[in-house]
Amino acid sequence: MIEIEPIYMIILGLLLLSITLCIIRVFMGPTAPDRVVGLDTINTLVIVGMIVYGISTLSVIYIDVAIVYALLSYISTLFIAKYLEGGDF
Amino acid sequence: MLSEIVDIIVYILLVIGVFFNLLAGVGLLRFPDVYTRLHAGTKCTTFGSIFICGSVILLGLKMWYFGSSDGSVLAIHTAGALIAILVTNPTGAHAIARAAHRSGVKPFGAVVDDLEGKTVRKSSPKKKEDDK
Repeated sequence: MIEIEPIYMIILGLLLLSITLCIIRVFMGPTAPDRVVGLDTINTLVIVGMIVYGISTLSVIYIDVAIVYALLSYISTLFIAKYLEGGDF
Repeated sequence: MLSEIVDIIVYILLVIGVFFNLLAGVGLLRFPDVYTRLHAGTKCTTFGSIFICGSVILLGLKMWYFGSSDGSVLAIHTAGALIAILVTNPTGAHAIARAAHRSGVKPFGAVVDDLEGKTVRKSSPKKKEDDK
């Protein structure tokens, strides 16, 4: 039986590399929707990173937090999109 | 024997998922436009998240099969998180794209915008001014 928990820590490092690329886009973005796209991508990658860390340390609480984080970040993305459109709600 | 086969499948799923998640970051840096960046940033992360969550679910089922009590809880909760990602991610991307088009961002190199004036809401102030 292969020891599989260190593999998930390597996966978490690669996800952090992808998050770093998205942070560069958030700071470089020429317009406001570019930054919002970067933030949305970062949210999804953070959710996956929480799941990977949860399976790596065998603690279920990180996965529960990931579910709540997914729903709250979805609400924040929708609200920022509404704000960018302008007009009344 | 069964454990080794499941481990190999878990490794393959992990490699596919991490490859697509890295492509999301690279595409977000390299594409020239908001809409193409949305393609890279949303579709690649959704596809990669399906594979990484699938590997976690498979590993949890393997642990549950070999008698660990944490495995079933891990698999079920990861399935819930995967459903949350699958529902919320394309919806948020559609909202961002619609907001970008309504706020006046043109596609890169676009000559004709077929949707011009069609995505304006009826209750928005600009439409009322046009009517008058």
